[in-house]
Amino acid sequence: MRLRERLHPARSPLTGLVVGRLLLLPVLVAAVTLVMFALAQRTPFDPVLASLGERALTMDGPTLEAMRARVGDTGAVQQWAAWWGNALQGDLGASSSQRAPVATVIAQRLPWTLGLMSAALVLAVLGGVLVGGLAGTRPGSWADRLAGGGLLSLQAAPPFWLGLVAVWVSAVWLGWLPTGGATSPGSGAVRPLDVLSHAVLPVLVLALSQLPWFGLVVRDATRDALAGVPVRAGWARGIATSRLLRQHAVRPALLPLVTVLGVRVPELITGAVLVETVFSWPGVASATVDSALRLDFPLLAALTVLTTVLVVLGNLAADVAYRVVDPRVGQRDG
Amino acid sequence: MTAEGWREVAGARSRPWAGTRRVVRRAGSGPWWIALGGLVVLVLLLGAGAADQRADFSQAFLPPSAEHPFGTDQAGRDLLTRSLAGARVSLLVGLVAALVSSVVGVVVGGLAGSLASRGRGVVDGALMRLVDAVNALPHLVLGIVIVALLGPSLGSVILSVALTHWTTTARLVRAELLALQGAGFVEAAVGAGAGRWWVLSRHLLAHVLGRVVLATVLMVPHAIMHESALSFLGLGLPDDQASLGTIIEQSRTAVLAGHWWPAVLPGLLLVALSLAVFALGERLRPASRGRS
Repeated sequence: MRLRERLHPARSPLTGLVVGRLLLLPVLVAAVTLVMFALAQRTPFDPVLASLGERALTMDGPTLEAMRARVGDTGAVQQWAAWWGNALQGDLGASSSQRAPVATVIAQRLPWTLGLMSAALVLAVLGGVLVGGLAGTRPGSWADRLAGGGLLSLQAAPPFWLGLVAVWVSAVWLGWLPTGGATSPGSGAVRPLDVLSHAVLPVLVLALSQLPWFGLVVRDATRDALAGVPVRAGWARGIATSRLLRQHAVRPALLPLVTVLGVRVPELITGAVLVETVFSWPGVASATVDSALRLDFPLLAALTVLTTVLVVLGNLAADVAYRVVDPRVGQRDG
Repeated sequence: MTAEGWREVAGARSRPWAGTRRVVRRAGSGPWWIALGGLVVLVLLLGAGAADQRADFSQAFLPPSAEHPFGTDQAGRDLLTRSLAGARVSLLVGLVAALVSSVVGVVVGGLAGSLASRGRGVVDGALMRLVDAVNALPHLVLGIVIVALLGPSLGSVILSVALTHWTTTARLVRAELLALQGAGFVEAAVGAGAGRWWVLSRHLLAHVLGRVVLATVLMVPHAIMHESALSFLGLGLPDDQASLGTIIEQSRTAVLAGHWWPAVLPGLLLVALSLAVFALGERLRPASRGRS
């Protein structure tokens, strides 16, 4: 919001917004990686051991010391510049935890994460609109109170816990859904039905963990829209309820939904990290955790840059959509 | 919806709904929220009594019973005792992290808000860009990076939560300061010869404090979630300082073996704890509005 206002988009709102954000992106990414390299320098993190992995065990002390001295000579800024120099030429380094080039790891894993996140997002928005709409059009009813309490409790439930409960209920207890991975072990090929059965639980859990925000926003917006003068006036003039709902409740309720959508991108990534870990989903989010646990710095750095880009683009998309849905935005004060 | 139901809705709308909703929520669901709030106190008091338990593997994975209401874990330890101790750790980490992030937020927001009209707002602009930048990062990923590089410990968990959560408070304080700049009591103080720092510390920050306290309380559930997520990923607190996240993490293999209680019951406690703190904050909200 504030950023958009500061980018003074009064004259050409959309292009100004897009250009401003896209200009900010490289600065942001550069700053984040610089902080990472600086942190890595003054911490127990040992880049030599991390890059060698198990090979370090078979090396003698003097060799390690020599390597440390060579790495330690260069400051954080030099390391950072070297990393970017290589990265811009397409060389992201090698991942020690995945035993593959970082670029390959990301190319293999990104589709799994994007698939999981988009399926969950669609389900969460649909479910949120349904629950929120039902509750919002019946303020004070038992359905409203049930939805309100349920959504608040769901909001307070950590995604990894929802995941474990789902694993227990659906896979162990009912026993007909796989509890982890994305393909059955032994089958090398990716078969659609197999993947689908593996995806049911992760997608449902991620959707459930994201649903409360959408549901609560839609409920409040619907309720407020119904309380507004236009709806009451329309009702007094005898306009059909369904039409009033469609024209005066759905559209105003969509506005906050779109905003929340953009704000939720970081939360969606947080949820994906946890859900992918619970279900051993082979995406980039679980690789982030792996790389952090095993101090796989090249992969961690690349994934941090990737998530930052995703979040900024997600916010930008939401802001653009917000202006499309509501033409008033950006034309007011400027 | 029937015409009658609709009429009822339309009639109910004619009153200012926000206020009504607040009153209904406070009055109608009071005992329930108070009970949840009591849980916080209970956890803080009872959790302190939970000493380190000896492992007894003959008692591993006993289902919930009168003796062990939460059952026992993989090492035969009583899960209720362990969960209460874990909840206490979670709550304390959440409180400290929320406090630290609020202090950072007040300092940054206070600087930005009070310097907004000086030097063409360069400091303000720079600080708000910083806020935008931190907000552009997914908090958990940033937390993972911080904890991984600093090494898992109580301090780095608190630091990683605090470093990712101060922006809300900073924005709040800055907005309040800007809104208050033309207030009568500020003009009166300036007219009486008060300096910038005096006005800021004695009038403006005092005025904002209620909002900040509320924001801090509402930050605690976030911080608890954040800490438990880090602990669940194995990047949080070690076993001897187990938080609820650590306990749930340790239950992962048990769940696959069909033991539900080591995961479900501590998780329910975590949900109740977050709801309780959230409810306390909601009850504070009307009081925090103050004179403005």
